[in-house]
Amino acid sequence: MHVELDEPKCVASGQCVLAAPEVFDQRDEDGIAFVLDEQPAGDTLDAVREAVAICPAAAIRLVQR
Amino acid sequence: MADTLTVAGPGPSAPVPEFPMPRAAGCPFDPPPGLGAAREEGPLTKVRLWDGKDYWLLTRYADQRAVLLDPRVSADLTRPGYPLQAPSNGTNNISFILMDDPEHARLRRMVTAPFAIKRVEALRPAVQKIVDDLIDEMLAGPHPVDLVEAFALPVPSLVICALLGVPYDDHDFFQENSKVLIRRDADMADRAAAHGKLVGYLDQLMGEKTAHPGDDLLSGLVARVRSGELTRTDAAQMGVLLLLAGHETTANMIALGTLALLEHPEQLALLRDTDDPKLIASAVEELLRYLSIVHGGRRRAVLADIEVAGQVIRAGEGVIMPNDLANRDPEAFPDPDRLDLTRDARRHVAFGFGVHQCLGQPLARMELQVVYGTLYRRVPGLRAAAGIGELPFKHDGSVYGVHELPVTW
Ligand code: HEM
Ligand code: SF4
Repeated sequence: MHVELDEPKCVASGQCVLAAPEVFDQRDEDGIAFVLDEQPAGDTLDAVREAVAICPAAAIRLVQR
Repeated sequence: MADTLTVAGPGPSAPVPEFPMPRAAGCPFDPPPGLGAAREEGPLTKVRLWDGKDYWLLTRYADQRAVLLDPRVSADLTRPGYPLQAPSNGTNNISFILMDDPEHARLRRMVTAPFAIKRVEALRPAVQKIVDDLIDEMLAGPHPVDLVEAFALPVPSLVICALLGVPYDDHDFFQENSKVLIRRDADMADRAAAHGKLVGYLDQLMGEKTAHPGDDLLSGLVARVRSGELTRTDAAQMGVLLLLAGHETTANMIALGTLALLEHPEQLALLRDTDDPKLIASAVEELLRYLSIVHGGRRRAVLADIEVAGQVIRAGEGVIMPNDLANRDPEAFPDPDRLDLTRDARRHVAFGFGVHQCLGQPLARMELQVVYGTLYRRVPGLRAAAGIGELPFKHDGSVYGVHELPVTW
């Protein structure tokens, strides 16, 4: 599974960083999220699923490629 | 009025209930029984506001989240159909919380950096010191003492003042005026006056920062005024929003959260006996869910027809989404009326949902983690010094809590 982040939608809530710190971080200048690990596996993938569910802006997707 | 709300089994001719609804006596932590009745009726019901008009009430977690994400609904209270909390002449502009994208996003992104997780984590030791010092002072002073005055309000006020660069010595002034702004029954003139005073105060403060900038958030806004990205008024209004949202809410979570724990001693014991950051973090999420203190409902105006639970809601109509309903939806949270600090409550909507989800949530979470992780361990004998029936609850405000909480140990 591949993590996609729709940056213009992000509202810098930080929820993804709390849910999956191995996969998401925030830019210094404006807190907008970016992806550290595009292909997480195992427990990390579950954490990303949680991030998808709690992202308030529906900015994160897990896609099959 | 309370009588009509307790009538069981709303038939087709049942009168439209008024909103907001009263909580039941003796159940200060539970949503009003009238909201439970609305849930029984279905995903979508109508309620009547102070203006005599009817608005849609969304009762389900999933529907509320979907609508709060929908760009066809607006947070702009001047739009037709917006369910106003109280009469408004449209002049009490409190910045981007009442705006739509793209302007909302443009302004919000000017202040998101200091609320990023890492930046907030870096403040944790300073917040721990504030909390420790206030507890030291409290323990050294006379008791019973009002926990709100001695602890719950100073913690977030000191933190937000430091972050914004507002002198804490002015706290009486801005706390008094904040109270008026968020009181549901304050009249329009009083609210406009309080708002005007706060904007004037922030404007003057930012004027001083123009000459002597610091590394605080307000100085950052001053720089944006200078570069032409922001007008001076926009900057002052944003300052008011941050100052107001930054202390009232967290203070209520501290005081009401403590009261809820004192009423659930087995849950309080979990916190008193742990230093596990995971359990403390989970306790914070669960108390946010359980208490849902920003209880007046998220309110939006519908800009273009949308469908909710198979029903079309028309452009020009208004929707109200109480998070106390969503956060107690049994489909989202099993056994929702039970306070269980060990459950995974992270999906709650106590901070709202959609593009307006709370900007300050990382800060609020961190402050609450420090408070809940420290207060009960350092004051293990903490107990209420008044019966729950004697406590003054904030039924009148858009943020729920207790006006006072006398405690002893
Ligand atoms: C436990 C404490 C807090 C709770 C429960 C809370 C709750 C909320 C809620 C429910 C909203 C959404 C409003 C809407 O959708 O109409 C919101 C927005 C907001 N909150 Fe908080 N809040 C808290 C603490 C804070 C703190 C510490 C700050 C710091 C400055 C803050 C700043 C804001 C701002 C600026 C917005 C507007 C965001 C936007 O419109 O994009 N809040 N908050
Ligand atoms: S959870 Fe969503 S909105 Fe929040 S920082 Fe991550 S991507 Fe952005």
